Amino acid sequence: MSIQRNDWSLQRKGIIDQERHKDRVKEAIRKNLGSIVSNEAIILSDGKRTVKVPIKALDEYKFRFNYQKGKHVGQGDGKTRVGDVIGRENRPGSGQGSGQAGQDAGADYYEAEVNIDELAALIFEDLHLPYLEEKAKKAVQSRKTQFNEIRRTGVIANLDKRRMILENIRRNAREGKARFGDIKKEDLRFKTWEEVMRYESNAVVIAMIDVSGSMGEFKKYIARSFYFWMVRFLRTKYDNVEIVFISHHTEAKEVTEEQFFTQGESGGTVVSSAYQLALDIIKQRFRPSDWNIYPFHFSDGDNYYSDNEEAVRLADELIATCNLFGYGEIGEEGSSSYRRSSGALLSIFSDRLNHKDRFVGVRIDDKEDVYPALKQFFGKRNVEIPA
Amino acid sequence: MEDKEIKELEKAVEQIWEVARGFGLDPYPTNFEIVPATVMYEVGSYALPGRYSHWTFGKTYHRMKTMYDFGLSKIYEVVINTNPAYGFLLETNSPIQNKMVIAHVLGHVDFFKNNSYFSKTNRRMVESVSTHAQRMMEYEFKHGRKTVERFLDAVLAIEEHIDPYFFIKREISIAEEKRRAEHRVKDGPYDDLWLLDKSARAAKIPEIPDDDKPRERLPEKDLLYYLMKNSPSLAPWQRDAIAMVHEEMEYFVPQMQTKIMNEGWASIWHARIMRELDLSDNDHIEFANLHSGVVSPQKGQLNPYYLGFKIYEDIERRWNEPSKEEREKFGRVGNEGREKIFEVRELDNDVSFLRNYLTEELCEELDLFVFELVEEEEWTITEKRWERVRDQLVSNMTNFGFPYLQVEDGDYNGNRELYMKHNYEGTELDMRYARKALEHVYTLWGRPVHLETVMDEESTVLHFNGDEHGED
Repeated sequence: MSIQRNDWSLQRKGIIDQERHKDRVKEAIRKNLGSIVSNEAIILSDGKRTVKVPIKALDEYKFRFNYQKGKHVGQGDGKTRVGDVIGRENRPGSGQGSGQAGQDAGADYYEAEVNIDELAALIFEDLHLPYLEEKAKKAVQSRKTQFNEIRRTGVIANLDKRRMILENIRRNAREGKARFGDIKKEDLRFKTWEEVMRYESNAVVIAMIDVSGSMGEFKKYIARSFYFWMVRFLRTKYDNVEIVFISHHTEAKEVTEEQFFTQGESGGTVVSSAYQLALDIIKQRFRPSDWNIYPFHFSDGDNYYSDNEEAVRLADELIATCNLFGYGEIGEEGSSSYRRSSGALLSIFSDRLNHKDRFVGVRIDDKEDVYPALKQFFGKRNVEIPA
Repeated sequence: MEDKEIKELEKAVEQIWEVARGFGLDPYPTNFEIVPATVMYEVGSYALPGRYSHWTFGKTYHRMKTMYDFGLSKIYEVVINTNPAYGFLLETNSPIQNKMVIAHVLGHVDFFKNNSYFSKTNRRMVESVSTHAQRMMEYEFKHGRKTVERFLDAVLAIEEHIDPYFFIKREISIAEEKRRAEHRVKDGPYDDLWLLDKSARAAKIPEIPDDDKPRERLPEKDLLYYLMKNSPSLAPWQRDAIAMVHEEMEYFVPQMQTKIMNEGWASIWHARIMRELDLSDNDHIEFANLHSGVVSPQKGQLNPYYLGFKIYEDIERRWNEPSKEEREKFGRVGNEGREKIFEVRELDNDVSFLRNYLTEELCEELDLFVFELVEEEEWTITEKRWERVRDQLVSNMTNFGFPYLQVEDGDYNGNRELYMKHNYEGTELDMRYARKALEHVYTLWGRPVHLETVMDEESTVLHFNGDEHGED
């Protein structure tokens, strides 16, 4: 019989296995990116650091009883009678702990708490700006400081205390004293830094969105979740990318990021107006010889018939000035083959554009299509960059 | 914690030990260890310190630790059934909390030592699991962490499906091996010596016929054991991994079988021991609060501490002061309460405990009821007649709350396919889970697997052949 108290500070097993669990969650997330990318909780997260996302297939499956079809024994406060209702579905009298998550008939999911930055890192793993070219002129330097050297002299603020103590102990030891103390100037060590220059090509992304009346809730949501990730992706991976936001119905105007993501409008659709504005902006601010230019446009493909000719002409003109032109056409929710007919812009583009090599058109009918679209626009390409 | 406090706690342990012995408790010597929350929750989530690594432990650990960090739940105590036993105390416990926990732990340890369902338990399990962990780590090193982890996923999916009376099987096979060893004819340099009494030996021992191999006894409840022995597809390390999980489950099963009894027993004794200690008024109030927190009924839920506690109290009362009817009918003489509860703690498990000692009066007093989902919407109380309630409770506890599965055939269709049967007793399986678990069984068996069960009141067989599910 004894009472003991030991030093447990090196005990890490729980934490190590917690990491293993995290790995599993990560893996499951990777497999479910399609549905996570367009998850409302994330798109509407309002800058929260972590969100809960449902993930398929991360339960510990066992042979077990169907809780809903079973009879259970509970305890009341002394006054219960047959026929009393003690709970609604999902919460049988609070009888089930958290270990039972997912036992509800429809609930196919394990809810994982995910850090948005980590999630972003996963999503952006294989993405990059395609056809990025060195633009000689305005290549801007980005400067970073890196602490990578130890010296005997330096600024006192950069004193490396750990090394100083080590040096002191060493010196004392050389003098035959096994102790720390009596610090002299020769013991001091300083961290010093180097400035690292990174050269990057300038790039501008022109994000265009159709906000006409035919763009319903679902379509706007899709377009915005795409742009949500695109903007995030560009800001994480590239220090030096400018983004121009344009929203259009029959007229196009340049808007702020906030307006772009929140504004609702109505009216008809004249796609060429947006392309014209994009061309104007390029002409004024982003000379193609100095900038890599990436216009993206999301629409439901429902353009005024009379405008189609003009839209194709301007699209061609845009493509001629830019590295890649991405066009996403959003269908009605859940209707896969709906309106793939000749009336929609996507099919018109694929028929009539002159420069198809730098054109990427994607059709989105479902929330889960957003991630594949991202990959199609920003994924790896095996094409050599033409000189 | 100050050294002074530790000194005092040591004194308290001595005192509590003496009081416990005075009550007739007979625990193993117990070492207490004061640990920080991280360690407490680690031991709690692995159930034994030093077990092999798996992400599911990490998941539990993370959940428990998070609940603790947010102040949602707290473990005061963890006890390890070994000899000597170990009790872990949370370093933030107050002195009174610690005393109560120590008393509670001694109750558990007495139960571990004396309840017959623990009579075959390995009391050096901490050493065993750490050798398991070692071996598992070697397998990870050799075959890759992912490979081992995936394999364990499959094994753990059926870990509860072992035979609680496995030791009987083991003893038979040990006896069998001894018998065979006696018959083994050795090929050695002194073999000629055997020839000297060859005639005598031949007369004494009958020849063992060739087909005396231990035959598969079917049906087999112990899925883990069966798969380990008979799976056509496993590598030796995989069989070893199953054996390790099996051994650990053998250790845990008695605890799963006696949850209510064990907690009730510990609660009744911590209450009585604390009453014997000289507590100040303040301490007494703190203890009363703690105790009522442990043994309070929770609405809609069954608190095993409370249920067990009440049943023991009731037994003791009925054997101390038997009613006239009990005196006449059962010949109870009275004043045997203490002896009786000690007998119960020795002989029963949860199922027999409830079946034998949950009375009509207790059901009423505790306001127990049966509830079920009506029209897929409302959880409704559907039964209050005490015998039905008791029987439902007993039936839910049977096989520690898991469906009873058996292997029926290991050569189904004459094609080395595995045929299992769920002994349907009124509650259907969670079919989505069953299909996924069947995939895990396939991983272990390596050939098509089948599970016979009942779905929507009709006999149904689930199939999985590695690619797709089927049922008919």
